[in-house]
Amino acid sequence: MSRPVATADVRTIDREGLDALIRALGAQGRRVIGPVLRDGAIVTGPVTSVDDLPAGVVDHQEAGGYHLEGQGNGALFHHGVGPHTWKRYLYPPVRTLWTARRVRRGFETTPNAEPTPRQAFLGVRGCDLAALSALDRVLRDGPYADPCYAACRAEALVIAVNCTRPGGTCFCVSMGGGPKVAAGYDLALTELPGEDRHVLLVEAGSEAGAALLAGLPSEPADRAALAAAEARLAEAVDSMGRDMIPDVAQVLRDGLTSGHWDDVARRCLSCANCTLVCPTCFCSTVEDVTDLTGGEARRERRWDSCFTLDFSYIHGGHIRRGGDSRYRQWITHKLAHWHDQFGTSGCTGCGRCITWCPVGIDITEEAKAIKNREGRT
Amino acid sequence: MSVTAAADPMLPEPFGILRKRRELSDTFTLELSPLHGGGTFAFRPGQFNMLYVFGVGEIPISISGDPEDDGPLVHTIRAVGTVSGALRDMEAGDVIGVRGPFGSAWPVEEAEGRDVVLVTGGVGLAPMRPVIHHLLAHRQRYGKLLILYGARTPEDVLFRKQLEQWRSRFDMFVDVTVDRATGKWRGRVGVVTKLIARAGFDPHDAAAFVCGPEVMMRFSVQALNERGVADERIHLSMERNMKCAVGFCGHCQFGGQFVCKDGPVFRFDAIRDIFSVWEV
Amino acid sequence: MVRIEGLERILREHPFFEGLSADYQDLFAGCAANERFEAGGFVGREGEPANKFYLVRHGIVALEYAVPARPPLVLETLEEGDVFGWSWMVPPHTWAFDVRAMTLVRLISLDAECLRGKFESDHRLGYELFRRFVPVVAKRLAAARMRLLDMYDSPK
Repeated sequence: MSRPVATADVRTIDREGLDALIRALGAQGRRVIGPVLRDGAIVTGPVTSVDDLPAGVVDHQEAGGYHLEGQGNGALFHHGVGPHTWKRYLYPPVRTLWTARRVRRGFETTPNAEPTPRQAFLGVRGCDLAALSALDRVLRDGPYADPCYAACRAEALVIAVNCTRPGGTCFCVSMGGGPKVAAGYDLALTELPGEDRHVLLVEAGSEAGAALLAGLPSEPADRAALAAAEARLAEAVDSMGRDMIPDVAQVLRDGLTSGHWDDVARRCLSCANCTLVCPTCFCSTVEDVTDLTGGEARRERRWDSCFTLDFSYIHGGHIRRGGDSRYRQWITHKLAHWHDQFGTSGCTGCGRCITWCPVGIDITEEAKAIKNREGRT
Repeated sequence: MSVTAAADPMLPEPFGILRKRRELSDTFTLELSPLHGGGTFAFRPGQFNMLYVFGVGEIPISISGDPEDDGPLVHTIRAVGTVSGALRDMEAGDVIGVRGPFGSAWPVEEAEGRDVVLVTGGVGLAPMRPVIHHLLAHRQRYGKLLILYGARTPEDVLFRKQLEQWRSRFDMFVDVTVDRATGKWRGRVGVVTKLIARAGFDPHDAAAFVCGPEVMMRFSVQALNERGVADERIHLSMERNMKCAVGFCGHCQFGGQFVCKDGPVFRFDAIRDIFSVWEV
Repeated sequence: MVRIEGLERILREHPFFEGLSADYQDLFAGCAANERFEAGGFVGREGEPANKFYLVRHGIVALEYAVPARPPLVLETLEEGDVFGWSWMVPPHTWAFDVRAMTLVRLISLDAECLRGKFESDHRLGYELFRRFVPVVAKRLAAARMRLLDMYDSPK
């Protein structure tokens, strides 16, 4: 066996090192958000020490199903993505955009001046990095920027984690976003849980990340650890159970009048779960409300879903009355029209919509079904 | 100086109502001026604003005034819902919120040197009025200028006096038809597409701008195609639900387009593939 | 000098008879006549025998229904280049509505009795007429359907 050789870029930390990282982020005044166990699922929530992470918990995901199990090795990130996504910390589910009050003539508006939270996202997977990049294009990089999103995003540090164990429903390899993270992180971790030694490889992806890493008790990563990480990532690629057809955008563009939509509509409940768990779904609505005196008004923005009937209301009626056209809108937007609008796919392959669909509708299977059905004729 | 979207595109500016004019039983025009100064409201024909009624809500409304007039901002509105109904109940002196202008414009430069056919129906004449003003202000740049207008009944003909003034000009052709009429109406009765079939313009070199109910636009595009007007020279103005007007809320998606920022004015070939697909 | 145009030439130049052979044009002209109605005059009245069809040369005619206690309801207006009156082809050969001149109107009428006789001896002549009439009927039906949509109606 060759002598372990240190590399300059990748270092290793142990569990205590990760704890030091979490505390260092806290010392910067950041709220660290990471995976936590709650209500029988691994969701995102505040993390103040490594003890808050779901050590030794693994998830089992399938179409329409999710459950957790304990596991012996104490791994902290040996789970797939849960029902939460990072967008809630950048584009909150409910936000007051502004308030207004009546004055002698007319009204005066005051924009929401809540201070921008300093956050650090711990455990961001490749699919979710792709999602953040997709949201950047929608909410920050277009002709208009959402001030809240842009400011929150600029203030947030991203501690990514390479997925070494795919969830049961994901397909990031076919969407090009994982499982190994490529860009868009400050630090990237790869967990190597071992019998005797539990370490994480750490790579800096930014100056802020490098500065953080320099302050942690770490060692250079040896070649064996690097090889082990590569092997784990390769295994993750091989064990991914689903894939998206590569020509899905064209298949959907050509399939707008397919009879298959009716077939989906017979199963789809229009419950909007898929849009709520999707890391890129950005649709919102606004509500204008007043207090009881009518002197104060405010505008609230809320996440909305293209699965609701009111989403497409114009005076006189609703454009998308059927479940068929609403499902078609969602999937074609995500996988075809997103390319026209933002130059990228709106799907990252995270698999959440498959897991959390109460009837187990599988976006990869529906795309294939459209292709097969329309391909025959 | 012009009023432009504020740094926060969701923040409405207060505008005072200078005048309110009843146009039809359910349609009215508001003339607006910014409460805190700011001079002329610069916009391009075809663009729209989001109009906000304090505590009630906000709706997209096309601008219906003259883009080269430095007077008030003009909106013609049909009361069909909660917000438009609240706007109808307002009077001169009241204050509303305005965000905008947003969206694409009628391609008036591209149409230079060509006959220009404006096909409009119902209250769709309102978004068309700024382009009519523009075309008349630069009349010599265009070939024949035609307004083909369809309304439900004679009582629903919008801007009737103005249509008569335009009709009396020798340098433009105005044709109006209604879907139904009693004997008092001396004008045409029939569908607006019939006006397209018989209008005198060069179909191979004309630009057509279409604005009206979506189904009317569908038939109008067919009639224009039958005359030989190519899809690339047909533009139309689409309508969808809108909450933000800046491409964030997702409501106005029409296939791969956002009506708020890629539209409302679209070149027909850009939306042809989805225009007749159900419930897009 | 004013030259009075022959019916043959008027028929030849009317879009309805476009592409018709000279022989057939003469046959149709043999059943044709110039007619003129002052504004307000009736070309046909609902229920009366329909024994002609018309090509509009000039002016506007209204197809209308008389409605008790209300002004007549105008179904459609027709003008230069239009054709109207197919009741002569359909039993019981009576006008289905009133046809009234809204302005001074100049029409070419074609006599049904005269045409029927010619069609019996020359079916091809009948075919030439019917293949011109069917698109007119189809267009009129499409327009009626379009108006049934009531597309400018305010939403309820």
